[in-house]
Parts: sequence; structure tokens; C-alpha cells
Amino acid sequence: MDMNQYLDMFIEESKEHLQAINENLLALEQNPQSLDIVNVIFRSAHTLKGMAATMGFEKMAHLTHDMENGLDLMRNGKLAVTQIVMDVLFSCVDVLETQLNQIIETGTDAGVNVDSLVEQLKAIASGKPAPVAAASTPTAVSTDSAPAPQADDVDLNEYESTILQQSKEKGFNGYKIIVRLEEKCVMRAARAYMVFDAYERVGEIIKSEPRVEDLEEEKFENEFMLVLVTQEDIEKVRKTGLNVSEVATVEVTAIDVHQSPADSVAQQVASQMEPIVEAVQQTAAAAVVAAPVAEAPKAAAQDIKKPQLGKSVRVDIERLDVLINLFSELVIDRTRLEQIARELGNQSLYETVEHMSRISTDLQNIVMTIRMVPVETVFNRFPRMVRDLARDLNKKVNFVVRGQETELDRTVIDEIGDPLVHLLRNSLDHGLENPETRRANGKDETGLVELVAFHSGNHVFIEITDDGNGINRNGVLKKAIEKGIVDQFAAESMTDQQVYDLLFHSGFSTAEKISDVSGRGVGLDVVKTKIESLGGRVLVQSTPGKGTKFSIQLPLTLSIIQAMLVQISDEKYAIPLSSIIETAIINKADIKRVHKQAVIDFRGRVVPLLSLEDLFSIPRPEPLGLEEENVVIVRKGDKMAALVVDAFIGQQEVVLKSLGKYLTGGVFAISGATILGDGQVALIMDCNALIQ
Amino acid sequence: MLEHKDIVEEVKVIVFRLEDEEYGVEVNQVRSIEHMQKITRVPRTPEFVKGVINLRGIVTPVIDLKSRFDLGEENYTDTTRIIIVAVDDMEVGLIVDAANDVIDIPVNKIEQPPAVVGGINKAYLRGVAKLSDRLLIMLNLDKVLSNEEIQAMSSMER
Repeated sequence: MDMNQYLDMFIEESKEHLQAINENLLALEQNPQSLDIVNVIFRSAHTLKGMAATMGFEKMAHLTHDMENGLDLMRNGKLAVTQIVMDVLFSCVDVLETQLNQIIETGTDAGVNVDSLVEQLKAIASGKPAPVAAASTPTAVSTDSAPAPQADDVDLNEYESTILQQSKEKGFNGYKIIVRLEEKCVMRAARAYMVFDAYERVGEIIKSEPRVEDLEEEKFENEFMLVLVTQEDIEKVRKTGLNVSEVATVEVTAIDVHQSPADSVAQQVASQMEPIVEAVQQTAAAAVVAAPVAEAPKAAAQDIKKPQLGKSVRVDIERLDVLINLFSELVIDRTRLEQIARELGNQSLYETVEHMSRISTDLQNIVMTIRMVPVETVFNRFPRMVRDLARDLNKKVNFVVRGQETELDRTVIDEIGDPLVHLLRNSLDHGLENPETRRANGKDETGLVELVAFHSGNHVFIEITDDGNGINRNGVLKKAIEKGIVDQFAAESMTDQQVYDLLFHSGFSTAEKISDVSGRGVGLDVVKTKIESLGGRVLVQSTPGKGTKFSIQLPLTLSIIQAMLVQISDEKYAIPLSSIIETAIINKADIKRVHKQAVIDFRGRVVPLLSLEDLFSIPRPEPLGLEEENVVIVRKGDKMAALVVDAFIGQQEVVLKSLGKYLTGGVFAISGATILGDGQVALIMDCNALIQ
Repeated sequence: MLEHKDIVEEVKVIVFRLEDEEYGVEVNQVRSIEHMQKITRVPRTPEFVKGVINLRGIVTPVIDLKSRFDLGEENYTDTTRIIIVAVDDMEVGLIVDAANDVIDIPVNKIEQPPAVVGGINKAYLRGVAKLSDRLLIMLNLDKVLSNEEIQAMSSMER
């Protein structure tokens, strides 16, 4: 079998299982008594083991197998959920992740050493959870390859004996079948296949010797052994085998699993086996038409909490990008058609175009939602990170995550992880005090860090709040003065908000000494740049002694935006609606001057008036000479500006296009371009750059 | 057609005209040749950046090659063309006075450029091809399209 085609699926699913294990381990740490959680972890580990073994990743299978053993003891109450146990389990997950990464990169898991972890796991399982002593402790737990509990004279591992055990309880028999082919048999592999086929009609083959692969490659003499689970009696089983031509003898012996010392293990793994038994049951039922018996175990099987399988399809993100691109072309044509229809004034054309517009709006919503991914995919790695970080920093943290279901465009999701990591590290390292200080200040020893996401209008907000000491205004200023970012004099007159904004200045770090956590040479400025490149913004609020809140505002999507089209002389520009507060018409007489800067009074605030004509050096053959000015009031955070334009063309959806690599990063106050209905290119204004 | 006495490596070039001189760019760097069309000016870019055009849904920057080489007045006529070139997955349109020809040039006919050719900085040139009756100036597009000037501009603004 060509495994490559399954590799992607294996990787995706393994990631999901590892994530699930990680999350559940965290939950277990909070709630050590919960057997349910242990069961869930066990199931994930078990599935991982199965997948890894199927794909031939031996080391991964080995490690998960031993994890499973440890977890098994836990759910039987034979092993307490202690810190040491948790640590070992966590490091298992880490190693599994490393292995998975290696599989992604090199296609093999051979390079990661699992021996010491396996030793630790075995030590735990043997009830001596001291990792150091563990090395010499003989293993108490069997592994896949080791000869496990004996059933009759067949070597069965505990998994297999459990199936037998389970089957027995459900009224199935286990048989050991030795099939000998005739000496003159030529195509032995084909015969073996036919024997398998015949037996699979009456039951389930759970083991063969040699392995199926070897049989297929004819790596056997004339004889092979099978273990079959079936409802048939011994004679029928024998005949089934003999019915295949060129089979010389079939030797069938019943396997009595009750004498197996694997009983207890079997019992424990019991619930896992239900589906398999069910499968056997169904096969049997189909063959013998003994339907009624099948009902009971089937119901039992349904009791097992199966992992949620939503009806979904995995789609390559590149295909979605192509879809979006095609769709954006359609949006452009739609706008163009609307324009033509308006100009022509043909009623039926107009109606058709209107209908098409409605449909394409719906289509657009669907296309957009296909790309929407819950922030959960990013958030779910944080609990673990916060846990480890808190331990490193010797702080106590109650980490609360809310709004994981909030959805964001995939392109934004991919970019948002790193800034969030940085802000969380910042909150833990700089924000939260250590337990002693907190106690001294009359606070709960355990600090609270919240990560919240929510929708609001056309934006998604992500907030990171801590109840730490807040931002030390003087500390920040001292540092800023030291670094020459501000001078002493300016510093005194700065508002708190301005001071907090200094944190985002490049190369700024408030940490007194460089710690492991923050000393990575990147500061909050990187966060800010990243967020702004995504069309979002970051705000800080802080109350001394009470805590700090970082809010990130992000657009829902990056590819289609609502914009106001304006005209200045012969040029058209699009201003993103998200930046616009409102449009207004002002009297020339109301324009005042402050330090040579034209300003207007806008609802009681002094707002600078910016001439786009001057800023963009727009040529104008004849002066307009109007008594009034059309202005668009735009904002960046709390700051505002009024942009003077000749005319408002109207509001419309525009498809964001890049200016091309040649101009990337080089153009002042222009964030991109769009194509208008008439095929012309209009530039999209970046109001953030206009307001400094 | 061509006389092949020795087998010589050849390059296929698009020949275009700026003022009175003839220039060549390798055909594998050329995506298409377009008629002059409405260009959207991009503010605060160097003089030679004329703006951007809509090239079948892709916004493509356009530069005026004469202005890039300081070769005098821009003067768009019916023969003016925009040659879309691609260098390092960067697509740029070059405005030229006319695009005349596609010819094969034997590689051994391309010589190192003399110190001064029509006032163009030597760095922009790959060489000069001497053909029987014409002289072709081969451009080094990597240098022509190096966006250092633009980067310098943007760093000034910040």
C-alpha cells in the first residue's frame, strides 16, 4: 500500500489528537480526580498509537503505547495524578510533537530518541515514579513486541487478547487456525489471500503469522497461522478453510482466553474494543443472518463517547485563494455591470443586474465564511504555553480563555499567533507580579490572565487582560528618556496613553533585566507592526496596581473591504470605511490655523485639516474656488484628521489588490489598489499613515 | 534565412525604441506588449514611476523608461507601448516609444558596453549588440528595475 497518500491525513489527525491530549492534560491537572478526562486522553493516545503503527512510525507507536499503559493505570486508580506523572505526560506530548514535526519534514520518526521517556513511563507504570531510579527498574509493563499474556499457545499481545476476551463475552469464539497449503501450490500468496477472504466472510481475523504483508509477498513456506473471531463452530471454521482449493490441511483449535492472565488488562481496555466487536458482530450477522443478536452490543457501542465528527471537508487553502481571486474578479465585473445598467437605463437589464448583485452578495458571504476559521485553532496552544511559562517564572496564573468560537479569515489567523504569544508572554512576565508581592499587596496569590475574542461590527477584537501591577508610568518614561526616545521636558507633559504608546516604540523593553522570556530581541513594536500590516490596531489600557489590557482590533477579512470612493481633481481614491468616522461639509470660514496647521472644530474637538491635493501632489488644471469644503473625518485610534476632497463618489465594496512587488513598502499613505467598475485602478488610502 | 556556418548560441530579443536609439530585452523576460492606456498615478513615487495599470485584473506598476534613463521629455504617441517585463517574480510595465521587432542575436555579437552610451548609466546595460546595419543596446533589467530609489524615497518619508 502506498502510505504517502495517507500521510497528510495522518499528520492532520495526529495534530488534532496531540492538541486534544494537551488540552485534556491541562484539564486533568486542574481536576485530578476526573476519570472521564483520563479516559478521553487514553482514547486519543490509543488512536494515535493505532495510526502511527499503521503508518509504520514505530517509535511513535512505541511511545504512545507506553503512555497508554500509564493512563490505563490512572483510570483504574492504580496511579495517582501527581505532578511528576503530569510532567512526564506533558513531555511525552512534546516528544510526540517533535516526532510529528520530524515526520512532516523528513518522513520518518526515527531521529527522535524516546528511550528515556519510555523508561520514565515504565517507571511510573511500575509504581515507582522516580525518573532517576527508573532507569534500572525492570519493566513491569509489556510492550507490543514483547510476548504478552499467553492465550493457549498463541502469542497474543494484550490488545489482541482483549479482543478475544471481549468477543467471548459477546458469545464469539476465538480460534487458532493453522492452514497448510499443498506442496505443489504455485501461487501461495494468492491462496493465502483466498483463505483470508474466506475467513473474513465468517468472522474477523485479528492476527496472522507471518504478518499479512509477508504473506502477500510470499514470505512463508507452506503454512501460516490465523486467529479468528467468529460465531461459527469449530467444524464450520475448518471447512471454510478447506473449501479453498490447494489447501492441504486446516487445523483449528479454540483459544480459551479466560485462563489468560491478561484478564484485568482486558477488562480495562474493554470499552475501547466495542467498535471492533461490533464490527465482528456485523460481519457475522451479515454472513449468517443472525441479526437479532447484533442489537445489544450495538447499543452498547453507542454509549461510548465518540469524538465529534462534524460533516466537513478539508480544503487546500490555495484552492480557496484561487476561488477568492476568481470571485473578486466577479465582484469587479458586477460593479461594472451595475454601472453600465445605470447608464443605459434599460429596465430589464437593470433588474437582471440587480438580481445578480443580490446573488453575488450571498455568494460572497458564503465564500468568505468558507475561509473563516475559529480563533480556537490559534488559542488552543496557549493554555499549555501559559502553564509552562508560569512555572518558569514561578508565578501562579489562572488563565481564562473565552470566545474561542469567534471566527476570523484564515489569512489573519495564520498571522495572529505570534503577536498573541508575545502579548501573553508580556502579561505574564511584566504584568503579573510574583505570588509574594501579590500577597503583600493584598491580592490573591494566583493572578488572572484572560484571553478574550469577540465580534463587533466588521471587526474582531482580541483582548489580553491581566490583573497585575499595571504599567509603571515612571519606569516607562525613565527608559524612554534613557533610550533617547523622548526628552525630559516632553516626558512630563505626556498623557498616560502617550506613555503607554511608547511601549510600542521599536527596541523598547520595560524588563529591567533581560529574562529568558522577554529577552529575544523583539519588542512590542513587532507586535504593532504585524497587527497594523493586517489592517488592525493595538490599544493599551492600564490602571496602576490593577492591571493592563491589550486590545487588538482586526478586520474580518483582508481581501474585500467596504470603502468610500472620493474624487480629487481627476483622481479617485478609496478610503476604507473602517477608518471613516463621517463625512461633512464645512465652511471655508470655519477653518482656523494653529501653528500654520489648518484645523477645524469637529464636535468640540480640534481636528487637523489635511489637503489630499497637497499631500499627494495632485495636479489641478483650474482651482475649484468653492465656498465650502467636502471633508472625510478619519481616525487612527483616538486621533482624528479631516481630509479635504472634491467630491464623494459613494460607498462600495472594493477588492483589495497589491500594488505589485515593485512598489511594495515604498508608497506613502497608500495601502493598495482596487479596480473600479470602469476598469480603472483606484488607490486605497492608508489613513493610519496620514495621521501621525 | 540565416546563414549557419557555425552553430552559435543565440538570444531572442524584443527590440524597442527610445528616442533614436534601439534597445533590446530578452524575450523570456517579456510577458506582453500593451498599448498605451490610462495610468493611475501613485503619489509620492519617483518621477519615472508613472503609476499603475489594470493588466487583466492584476495591478501592475508602470515606469517610463526614458524618464528612468533621463533621456528627455515623455511624449506619448500612437506608437508608444508598454512592455510588461518580469524579473524575479516582479512584474513591471516599461513605457517605450515603440516596440519594433523580435530578432535573434548571436551571443558572440554582444560586446561589453562602452563607457557612455546615449547618456545611460553603464550599470543599466548588459552590452551592445553589433549587427550588420544596426546597434542594439541590451538592457540589464535587474539593475533597471532595482527599486532602491523607491525604497530610498520611502525611508525619507518615515
